[in-house]
Amino acid sequence: MSDNNAYWKANLRLIGFCIAIWFLVSFVFGILLVEQLNTIRLGGYKLGFWFAQQGSIYTFLVLIFFYANRMNKLDKTLGQNEKKD
Amino acid sequence: MDNLKLLTYIAVFGSFALYFAIAWWARAGSTKEFYVAGGGVHPVLNGMATGADWMSAASFIGMAGLIAFNGYGASVFLMGWTGGYLLLAMLLAPYLRKHGKFTVPEFIGDRYYSKTARIVAVLCLIIASLTYVIGQMKGVGVAFSRFLDTDYDTGLYIGMFVVWVYAVFGGMKGITYTQIAQYVVLIFAYTVPAVFISLQLTGNPLPQLGLGSKMVGTDVYLLDKLDLIVTDLGFKEYTTAKLGGTLNMLAYTMSLMIGTAGLPHVIMRFFTVPTVKDARSSAGWALVFISLLYTVAPAVGAMARINLMQTIEPAAGENLVYEERPQWFKTWEKTGLLKFEDKNGDGKIQYVADKATNEMVKVDRDIMVLANPEIALLPNWVIALVAAGGLAAALSTAAGLLLAISSSISHDLMKGVVTPNISEKNELMASRVVMTFSVMVAGYLGLNPPDFAAGTVALAFGLAASSIFPSLMMGVFSKKITSKGAVAGMLAGIGITLFYVFQHKGIMFVPGTSFLGGMEPNWFLGISPNAFGVVGAIVNFVVAYLVSAIDGPIPKEIDDMIENFRVPSGAGSAHDH
Repeated sequence: MSDNNAYWKANLRLIGFCIAIWFLVSFVFGILLVEQLNTIRLGGYKLGFWFAQQGSIYTFLVLIFFYANRMNKLDKTLGQNEKKD
Repeated sequence: MDNLKLLTYIAVFGSFALYFAIAWWARAGSTKEFYVAGGGVHPVLNGMATGADWMSAASFIGMAGLIAFNGYGASVFLMGWTGGYLLLAMLLAPYLRKHGKFTVPEFIGDRYYSKTARIVAVLCLIIASLTYVIGQMKGVGVAFSRFLDTDYDTGLYIGMFVVWVYAVFGGMKGITYTQIAQYVVLIFAYTVPAVFISLQLTGNPLPQLGLGSKMVGTDVYLLDKLDLIVTDLGFKEYTTAKLGGTLNMLAYTMSLMIGTAGLPHVIMRFFTVPTVKDARSSAGWALVFISLLYTVAPAVGAMARINLMQTIEPAAGENLVYEERPQWFKTWEKTGLLKFEDKNGDGKIQYVADKATNEMVKVDRDIMVLANPEIALLPNWVIALVAAGGLAAALSTAAGLLLAISSSISHDLMKGVVTPNISEKNELMASRVVMTFSVMVAGYLGLNPPDFAAGTVALAFGLAASSIFPSLMMGVFSKKITSKGAVAGMLAGIGITLFYVFQHKGIMFVPGTSFLGGMEPNWFLGISPNAFGVVGAIVNFVVAYLVSAIDGPIPKEIDDMIENFRVPSGAGSAHDH
């Protein structure tokens, strides 16, 4: 049971970290700070506009695989063996 | 028959023949195959099927048009409809998969140890999915009538028949493998024209990079050029125009994100993978396949807008003469979705923001993707491909929604509540009968779209965001929420969302019936009705916590059940009881 508790706490920490980045790139960079970031250019893109229409989506992709990967490692170290049937 | 029509017939009926072949190969023999495709779908394939399931006629046809005419403001759709997958991967899919039941209401019924909660969840699911499916059926009818010159009704009947064949015989199994084929068709149909157009305008074959590149033969960036063209004509600057205020954009994005994560036909797809680990990675793969379209869409939107503007006004002050308008212009005029009115009588087309002098009195944003290949003068086979792609997008989403509806009726209401002793064979038969019935209801609603059809997709997201997502999330992450708390929360969340939407748009969207007349539009902090789901979700959370605090602790066995589905070990595949 204590293993399960440690597993759940580690999961919550990881979720907290990923949600923070998720919030930062979409809500903060894409919407709240868009005007400030738009003064910086990324080729033809204004940076705030790029985050809102491209960058946030790429970040979501990285985050989702990062989460899946870290959880797989956690499964192993904390003895969460799934049975397939 | 001209060349274009012949190619379109080949593309459309060729793709249908493929779907039928798959349906025959993937017949379902058990309820487990019918509801969760046997639980053995590879996570990458499930991701692909989820992509087709998720990307509807609205994503394929509608979104680029929204981007073209709203510019930066349309970012709420791009972020909202992708960001939800991260929530799904971290907050819902693994635990629901571990619990291992067939439907979303079944999970809610188990976690909240209550048939009432299960029935309320079924109601939310049916309302959300049925409103959503009307839009898909309309999309099928429109695509047929536009590309194949059949009338709308005939197109709809053909679409109903195709969905019926593979949904009834294959259930989730047939739907899964057809959706994989449909994903391939729709992504080709979307990206091929985009690559062509990006090459034409910027010389860069990748639309994601083309959008940030310079126009061919000039030293001006495409987005700067577009900003200049639209502001010269009095429209809002493309790269900065907001959708409502900042708070509205925040609320809109959040509502779409949690609405996406709470849509039952999407969640259900994650019951089909073999393990909890696969459920997490499969959500990632789904986002990969969805992002292929969603990162291209901003380029399609911006480039369509620039092509449209430059067709009408090739150089400042040199407007297109109406009599010399191109063929696509005439075709779309016939449909009524494009309208010109020569207000100043000079025989030329003026397209400006000012309503008094603007002569393009109607430019329906839904035509942008369909007309784009013609505006860019692409070869006929590309146009034919777009027709097959639009149909694939509408049919795949319709099938997923119909399965969500029919499984909640045959499994949650019949097997779960009304006739618990039904044999597996009879339940399988019942689910096929219910599926047939659902296809007919969806077809009927497509033939006689209720007045509120236009507002329904937004309503579906609002309902999922304010009822299903919060109750699932609290069910996993809190041990405090009791059955009474969950039911009260769901009803309060839906109630307040419906109240706000109907107060703006009339009860069941009938104009003139909005109560509390005389209130400003978007009176709650400037939030539009479509963006209100997040407020409903907050109300759901608060009410559920308050009622649960009074209602007292949850039973010990439910506590154990939560402990069990929070961790992967000991997971079996989806099972019945």
